[in-house]
Amino acid sequence: MNSVETKDLHLYYGDFHALKGITMGMKKNQVTAFIGPSGCGKSTYLRCFNRMNDLIDGVKIEGEIMIDGVDIYQKNIQVDDLRKHVGMVFQKPNPFPKSIFENVAYGLRVNGTKDKKFIEERVERSLKQAALWDEVKDKLKKSAFELSGGQQQRLCIARALAIEPSVLLMDEPTSALDPLSTAKTEELIHELKENYTIVIVTHNMQQAGRVSDYTAFFYLGELVEYGKTKTIFTNPKDQRTQNYITGRFG
Amino acid sequence: MAFANNTSTQNSKRLSQNVAFWIFRLLSFSVVAILVIILGFIIVRGISVISWEFLTQMPREGMTAGGIYPAIIGTLCLVVGSMLFAFPIGILSGIYINEYAKDSWFKRFVKMMTNNLAGIPSIVFGLFGMALFVNQFGFGDSILAGSLTLGLLALPVVIRTTEESLKAIDNSFRIGSLALGATKWQTTSRVVLPMAFPNIITGLILSIGRVSGETAPILFTVAAYFLPKLPNSIFDQVMALPYHLYVISTSGTNIEASRAMAYGTAFVLIMIVLLVNLLANWLRRYFSRKVKMN
Repeated sequence: MNSVETKDLHLYYGDFHALKGITMGMKKNQVTAFIGPSGCGKSTYLRCFNRMNDLIDGVKIEGEIMIDGVDIYQKNIQVDDLRKHVGMVFQKPNPFPKSIFENVAYGLRVNGTKDKKFIEERVERSLKQAALWDEVKDKLKKSAFELSGGQQQRLCIARALAIEPSVLLMDEPTSALDPLSTAKTEELIHELKENYTIVIVTHNMQQAGRVSDYTAFFYLGELVEYGKTKTIFTNPKDQRTQNYITGRFG
Repeated sequence: MAFANNTSTQNSKRLSQNVAFWIFRLLSFSVVAILVIILGFIIVRGISVISWEFLTQMPREGMTAGGIYPAIIGTLCLVVGSMLFAFPIGILSGIYINEYAKDSWFKRFVKMMTNNLAGIPSIVFGLFGMALFVNQFGFGDSILAGSLTLGLLALPVVIRTTEESLKAIDNSFRIGSLALGATKWQTTSRVVLPMAFPNIITGLILSIGRVSGETAPILFTVAAYFLPKLPNSIFDQVMALPYHLYVISTSGTNIEASRAMAYGTAFVLIMIVLLVNLLANWLRRYFSRKVKMN
């Protein structure tokens, strides 16, 4: 079953045609990786799913995006409700200048949760899901800025999980992390797919191979090839995919 | 080895660097020196006048004796009044310009007007204040008219400070908040403003320093030449430190006799501004620590 589905999606930055008619579906509770050289449109495509492109002036979108059966660009969609449903983790860890606890509780609070006990339980559960609980359980009141980069990124994952999205978007989540933190984060992605549909943009081909079930290769705003990760990496059909994954350009 | 040879080009580029740095160093020292000389001059001449009596008594004998109590109180009233007016309007405008206004001709127009407002000479504010607040609105020469005029003068500073402080907050914090389903207002009020707060407050306090020393805007709108009593309401006139200083140094009854009083007044005025600046520094450090902690 597809959790995210787009039909003939075009996106323009002013005159620049950044996404050229992308039709694909991302399977529920699977990890889908987007790969491709810089500027190929993979991050832009990802940001369509929680309508982050709305924040950029001059962006025009045509086509259809369905998430769990709902057209997210129809008029009566409230973007803040959509973003509760579709969480996102960014390239650089961006915790708020608040305590560790308040960072995770933030999403619940802005969405109107007041029950203290509920918030406490949810914070603990999210930190456990993000494999951070043991490291921070004694210093929940400390500033999130005191954590290491890798810990901050897992905090951001916990923050996104706290509001129980069904889809989790990850935009190069390990590009600012050291190898050890990267390994931890990848392990985490494996565990999370049981409950979430994960879409990850990555520059790192080995990473796509390690964490994803499906891989899509983008080039110059087009979806070149999409299929099971194993197939894409061992037996690509398109010459451009072949060239990219063997490192001949990129 | 090649890098051990001191060729003449390498020597000359090092020499020119040394010369340049020495010039920069001297110039920055001279800035400090000028400030120290001004402060020292005022302190040396003024400190002998400072006494409990000088700070708490009415002026007497044609302002050649007694104190400057009503001028101190008057300046305090004007500072508080102008800030009550300028802070809310200025802060909210700054938030609107930086967080909400889309990049359009209207936003550019508002920003341009704010900059122009900051460039208007303060005496023009005084004249405008007299025409509008004193005469048109019928407030007369009063704390209210003077505060509004000074508030207008402080407004562009407050707007710019707020705007710049907000602009300094990295966009990733806003995006992180929006991605969690927060609305724009929640993002602004819960993430962006607390982060910008230390810098905003510093700018606000510095604008207080600016306002407390202004003479021209209060000249036609509130300041009294000689009024040895405290105000009862916002419709009363008051004396004010900068204007009092001007009066006793240029048009008092006996300028020679009140010379010492003038330095004393200047001393008090400078100390107020200095204290306000120190307070600004302290508050900024206090709040930046606090923001990180909670």
